[in-house]
Amino acid sequence: MIRPAKMIRQVLSSLFKKPATNLYPFNKFEMPDKFRGKIVFDPELCVGCKLCMKDCPAGAINIKKVGEKKFEAEFDLGKCVYCAQCTETCFKKALKFTGEFELASLDREKLKITFNAKPDDTASK
Amino acid sequence: MHKFTVPIGPQHPALKEPESFNVLLSGERIMKFSARLGYNHRGIEKACEERTYIQNVYLTERVCGICSHAHSSCFVQAVEEIAGLEIPRRANYIRTLVGELERIHSHLLWLGVAGHEVGFDTLLMYAWRDREIVMDILAKLTGNRVNYGINTIGGVRRDINTDQIKDVSKAVKKLKERTEYYVRVAKEEVTLIKRLSGVGVLLPKDVLKLGAVGPTARASGIERDTRKDDPYGAYGELDFRVITDDHNDVYGRTLVRLGELLESYKMISQILENIPEGPITVKAPRKIPAGEAVSRYEAPRGENVHYVKSNGTDKPERVKIRAPTLANIQTVAKMLEDRNLADLPIVIAAIDPCFSCTDRLTLVKDVGHGKGRKMRWEDLHSHSIQWYKARGIDFSDLNKKMEKLLK
Ligand code: SF4
Ligand code: SF4
Repeated sequence: MIRPAKMIRQVLSSLFKKPATNLYPFNKFEMPDKFRGKIVFDPELCVGCKLCMKDCPAGAINIKKVGEKKFEAEFDLGKCVYCAQCTETCFKKALKFTGEFELASLDREKLKITFNAKPDDTASK
Repeated sequence: MHKFTVPIGPQHPALKEPESFNVLLSGERIMKFSARLGYNHRGIEKACEERTYIQNVYLTERVCGICSHAHSSCFVQAVEEIAGLEIPRRANYIRTLVGELERIHSHLLWLGVAGHEVGFDTLLMYAWRDREIVMDILAKLTGNRVNYGINTIGGVRRDINTDQIKDVSKAVKKLKERTEYYVRVAKEEVTLIKRLSGVGVLLPKDVLKLGAVGPTARASGIERDTRKDDPYGAYGELDFRVITDDHNDVYGRTLVRLGELLESYKMISQILENIPEGPITVKAPRKIPAGEAVSRYEAPRGENVHYVKSNGTDKPERVKIRAPTLANIQTVAKMLEDRNLADLPIVIAAIDPCFSCTDRLTLVKDVGHGKGRKMRWEDLHSHSIQWYKARGIDFSDLNKKMEKLLK
């Protein structure tokens, strides 16, 4: 059967429903728990094997040696594609993904973040 | 009647991606249509040669934003074939599940775009609202709405648990209801039928001659589907039909895509019911032995082909990607022959083109007979700023305003 304005009922009934869209940014959307957002680095666990650097498809990680068995990580959030391959490559579990996704910035420099190693307290002993 | 040529693109408000079309018109009638590809060339194939296999999984995934899983699967299939890896059955099922979910989001996206191109924006709004259901499911299963990153060489990266299985079947039930509604809309809404019927006609013989693939071919009655012809993943174990239609026009393409949605729901239910237990990966070597392989994958738009050649190192020697739009773009000229200009948007949209995936080659001719100038990115950037400034347009003010606004 052919009939015009087939969708009209649906359209009119939508008038009495609440909007399908979210009022972002006032109303924040919960990301699913395994969402691949910003990567965080735990300097305590890193052994400096640099495998994460090797596997990162975007060249977004830089692991630097800053002292005896001490490593620092620099991330370029502008380069990172949030694939979380690094978290799987790291056998020490020093890298983890978080649900954080609001990372945009107009300043490129702000997109570069460094996770400093813990200050050396053995040296002061 | 006077003939004239209308250039459409590379930058054009009606095009979502830069591509250049030249249309020779006589009045409203299209006499000749020609497409020039190459405005979206990103050098992905070359970049693949510089990256390791594991990095390339993510790179090939970014060939297309919509059928990202199609490209990464196609690539890993080729690599696994060279390396002689037999991936676990559970991994195959998960790959197929994500592949079908991807087809659902892609076809619903297309339905909305098609509605928009013919001025039926109500359909766009509702189809895209419903598409969110599958996007959310994909995010839950894989960790992102697009670029799922589920594939790895030797299997998949994430397992699926019983809660997720429940979520997926609930979503599929809802989507099925909605799709059945859209099928009714497509079969009963007179404006849609009248606007799409007889538009963009492609006869079966032209499909064969021009080598069209995917829904474009199937809507002309050609049963061409890699999932059936050369089963990969779990398709060999699933019971599904290849949807064809004999309208040979845009209306037929709409019905085929809607029919495929219903088939996808059927397949997903089978996958969720029969998903085998077991591991999800096998260990893959970093260095892939020398060899070559061609892999085929039925993406939502048609058959994807990847060719990979390895040389025993951890980087491939050559990767070649053929996206379905390249196979289908030839048909557009045929479909538009002697048609009205007003049909052009929907006819192009009906092959569901994806130009950035198609652009694997670009030819830069030296216009000044050897006097051409090479420009680095920075030079090009400052050149464009100067070019606009000379014409009285200054973007630096705008930039400052933007920054202020955002502060
Ligand atoms: S892979 Fe892990 S342990 Fe190795 S350098 Fe990277 S963060 Fe450190
Ligand atoms: S998430 Fe991916 S792109 Fe980002 S740092 Fe890790 S490996 Fe690199």
